[in-house]
Amino acid sequence: MSHAPQAKMANEIAVQFRHRPPGEAAQTIASHIQRFWAPRMVQQLIGHADNRDAELDPLIVEAVKLLR
Amino acid sequence: MTLIKEQDFGTPAQAGPATVEVEVDGLPVTVPEGTSVMRAAAMSGIDIPKLCATDSLEAFGSCRLCLVEIDGRRGTPASCTTPCSPGMKVKTQTPKLEKLRQGVMELYISDHPLDCLTCSANGDCELQDMSGAVGLRQVRYGYEGENHLDEPTDSSNPYFDFDASKCISCSRCVRACGEVQGTFALTIEGRGFESKVAAGLGESFMDSECVSCGACVQACPTATLQEKSVVQLGMPSRSVITTCAYCGVGCSFKAELRGDELVRMVPYKDGGANEGHSCVKGRFAFGYASHPDRQMNPMIREKITDEWQEVDWETAIGYAATRLKAIQAEHGVGSIGGITSSRCTNEEVYVVQKMVRAAFGNNNVDTCARVCHSPTGYGLKQTFGESAGTQDFRSVAKSDVIVVIGANPTDGHPVFASRMKRRLREGAKLIVIDPRRIDLVRSPHIEAQYHLQLAPGTNVAVVNAMAHVVVTEGLVDRSFVDDRCEEFDEWAEFIARPENSPEALEIISGIPAEDLRGAARLYAEAGNGAIYYGLGVTEHSQGSTMVMGMANLAMATGNIGREGVGVNPLRGQNNVQGSCDMGSFPHELPGYRHVSDDAVRNVFEKLWERELLSEPGLRIPNMFDAAVDGTFRALYVQGEDIAQSDPNTNHVHAALNALDLCIVQDLFLNETAKFAHVFFPGTSFLEKDGTFTNAERRINRVRPVMAPKTGKHEHEIVSDLAEAMGYPMRYNHPSEIMDEIATLTPTFAGVSFDRLDKLGSIQWPCNESAPEGTPTMHVDEFTRGKGKFVQTAYVPTAERSTRKYPLILTTGRILSQYNVGAQTRRTGNVAWHPEDILEIHPHDAEVRGIGSGDLVGMASRVGTTTLHAVLSDRMPVGVVYTTFHHPVTGANVVTTDNSDWATNCPEYKVTAVQVELRNPVPAQSAEAQQEIPVGLGAHRD
Repeated sequence: MSHAPQAKMANEIAVQFRHRPPGEAAQTIASHIQRFWAPRMVQQLIGHADNRDAELDPLIVEAVKLLR
Repeated sequence: MTLIKEQDFGTPAQAGPATVEVEVDGLPVTVPEGTSVMRAAAMSGIDIPKLCATDSLEAFGSCRLCLVEIDGRRGTPASCTTPCSPGMKVKTQTPKLEKLRQGVMELYISDHPLDCLTCSANGDCELQDMSGAVGLRQVRYGYEGENHLDEPTDSSNPYFDFDASKCISCSRCVRACGEVQGTFALTIEGRGFESKVAAGLGESFMDSECVSCGACVQACPTATLQEKSVVQLGMPSRSVITTCAYCGVGCSFKAELRGDELVRMVPYKDGGANEGHSCVKGRFAFGYASHPDRQMNPMIREKITDEWQEVDWETAIGYAATRLKAIQAEHGVGSIGGITSSRCTNEEVYVVQKMVRAAFGNNNVDTCARVCHSPTGYGLKQTFGESAGTQDFRSVAKSDVIVVIGANPTDGHPVFASRMKRRLREGAKLIVIDPRRIDLVRSPHIEAQYHLQLAPGTNVAVVNAMAHVVVTEGLVDRSFVDDRCEEFDEWAEFIARPENSPEALEIISGIPAEDLRGAARLYAEAGNGAIYYGLGVTEHSQGSTMVMGMANLAMATGNIGREGVGVNPLRGQNNVQGSCDMGSFPHELPGYRHVSDDAVRNVFEKLWERELLSEPGLRIPNMFDAAVDGTFRALYVQGEDIAQSDPNTNHVHAALNALDLCIVQDLFLNETAKFAHVFFPGTSFLEKDGTFTNAERRINRVRPVMAPKTGKHEHEIVSDLAEAMGYPMRYNHPSEIMDEIATLTPTFAGVSFDRLDKLGSIQWPCNESAPEGTPTMHVDEFTRGKGKFVQTAYVPTAERSTRKYPLILTTGRILSQYNVGAQTRRTGNVAWHPEDILEIHPHDAEVRGIGSGDLVGMASRVGTTTLHAVLSDRMPVGVVYTTFHHPVTGANVVTTDNSDWATNCPEYKVTAVQVELRNPVPAQSAEAQQEIPVGLGAHRD
């Protein structure tokens, strides 16, 4: 796991939704992040996805697509 | 205001619709069935002389002073133990009664020091009063006979004396300790003339099991049990009704003063939360307010390595505003933020979040509730639709089964614990879910039916397994679920899966499946099943999941929406509920409404005359991360010691060190102030004027007992700072702030200082449909309409014990101390807990060569600390426990920055550690290997 705080937090969220169908899980995660995270943190997470400088859970990779 | 003395009706009130009509001295009076003659007389304005009776205790009938005559009955029965019956005609004053009472009083007075003029209770002594009431003019027996006048005084307690020479053996103290407090530390020792009050087994009060709640002092009719402050300062002459500033119970007190000097705090009988009871903190530990450590003047410094410079308010506020504006100019509007305090009033908190949103121009505001009950806000909002507990405290008196999860009420919320213990003594069943064997598991006259001693971090596994039993064994309340809830079928399918069964989860939680099934059945079939929980639920990586899991369980069993049931957070600090209500979270405006809600935001923008951001700001941990990465440069901190209380101290210190500006507003130069550039001195609760909201949503007035010692109210500091930042924010009185809150917040629409003065207190929601407040929530429907079942998959914490860190540390608090100890460490309470200690199981200690009292090092992946160990089998093997009340030990040096996935509430309760002896000794003495009792009375020599 990455030490980037936003990546760590996002991955911890993803783990909570692994029991849900992937599409639904990604949607729920994206909605949660949008509702509770400051925009700068969302941008940093998107940056991690773009730059691949932090390991992201596959559900987060999908959620990031919805956050763009 | 003069000294307030509540009327004492002699015996407790009776409830129930049936009434009885009687006549007392010719006056007709109608009373509830079961009411005593004494109380009926008092209700009709006739005070029958009494000594052993007081209305907080059941009738005892020992003093023989309250005798009456009843038409058609023989003799002179005691009015306290005689219930009213229909048509009863009572005489309370006859020559016969007068003679009997005088005879009784003669006996009392013949064995009592006649030092009334110099007695500390002069003017507040019921024995003195009764002598007058019965017309005592002589004592025929003289004063030379055998007596107790040379009995010694026990001064061992820091706060009160026990002068046995003045004791009349009325047993009020003994009964108060049992009936009100539920500790049973006192007894009457000996028989006949040898009868005397004894603490424990003939020990001093300090060495006994006494928890210093003050109930005995309150009940004592003479100067036998007397506050030391009254002995030293004299009897108070005026009272101010206000609210305790310690835990989330929010007890009402009479602050009793002599002139402008506070003499004592006496629990207020009409207080909705406490109804006349108190604990050692609220009753006695107020000395910090006048402690010499308090900083009374504003201070500034350029760098944190500079000496502090005392300045006037104008200079300090101007300095802070100038630096804040400069930082924003250089680093952007979002580079600064603020933290509100759950120790401050609603009004003080409200103005801080308003300052951040309107004057700072961002939503970077958070509150210390982030690190305690933020998962409660999230979890209950998701499931029930409101971020608050469902019941009032009185509700527990109607519970049939009480489930206590991750809470230690006798230490953390002692006054509520007394209510709970009373109900348990009446026969309610108890389930405790906690890794540690807390006092409630087995205490006088109480024994839990189940203690599910789960492994730390497995709460969700346990609550899921309980729900699994409910669903698969046909224990669901189908009618409630069908009428009141949604998404049940999907949830039921999820929870019924084999992986959620007690048998499958036994290996994870450590709870034998049969015990778990038994506990689940007991709760589901309770009649009224109530859940009470604390930080042992929330301070986990799945804190929010667990809150939703408990809500699921309550809904599935129909335990919501009436007295005796519910899901109830026991809030840590006095105003956790209020600080959250007031819009302290970065994503929510007051009343838990999201900042993205245009309609809501527009209402605020119109009144505040500022455009507000529609996206969330930074939470506290996010602020720390952003400070370390250089994008967050200035922080205003109201009444919270984040450098000590927040997890992973090294990371917090790095963040604070990275700030260009840190402003601390507090009573003391706390640990955080070491990183501050501006210090604004705050006010104690005795100086505040406002409101606190307790764990049962009860809004209580906090009335000023004295003027601010710093020359400025805290809300004025904030308003001045906002104004210096270019945003006028002026209030002539804190009542105007509450009026603004009521205007903007539907759940507070009916709240004002005037209505609080009139009603005493108000439990929100308070509006047109509930003009006097709402003791029980979700009665006919949930706030969100239908209660929502949420699937709560168990996910293990990322924290793991390993060969290097084989033990799990969990943290908590102790009765005598409070939070980071800033207040209680500056009171006599240090007599009980002078330092944080590590509780370790004898087996874990033995393999490490550790004995009780040894200094040990405790290391986690993030830090190391040193503290003394105590051997205790309260903890299971493999789990250790400590408190975080002292900065010297700094327990949070070792806690990690793992946090709740939904809210970032830190996972204080699960840290993998290793413990090793720091002061090896050649051989442990037998004494060192003994287990030592852990609790308020422990750890003193």
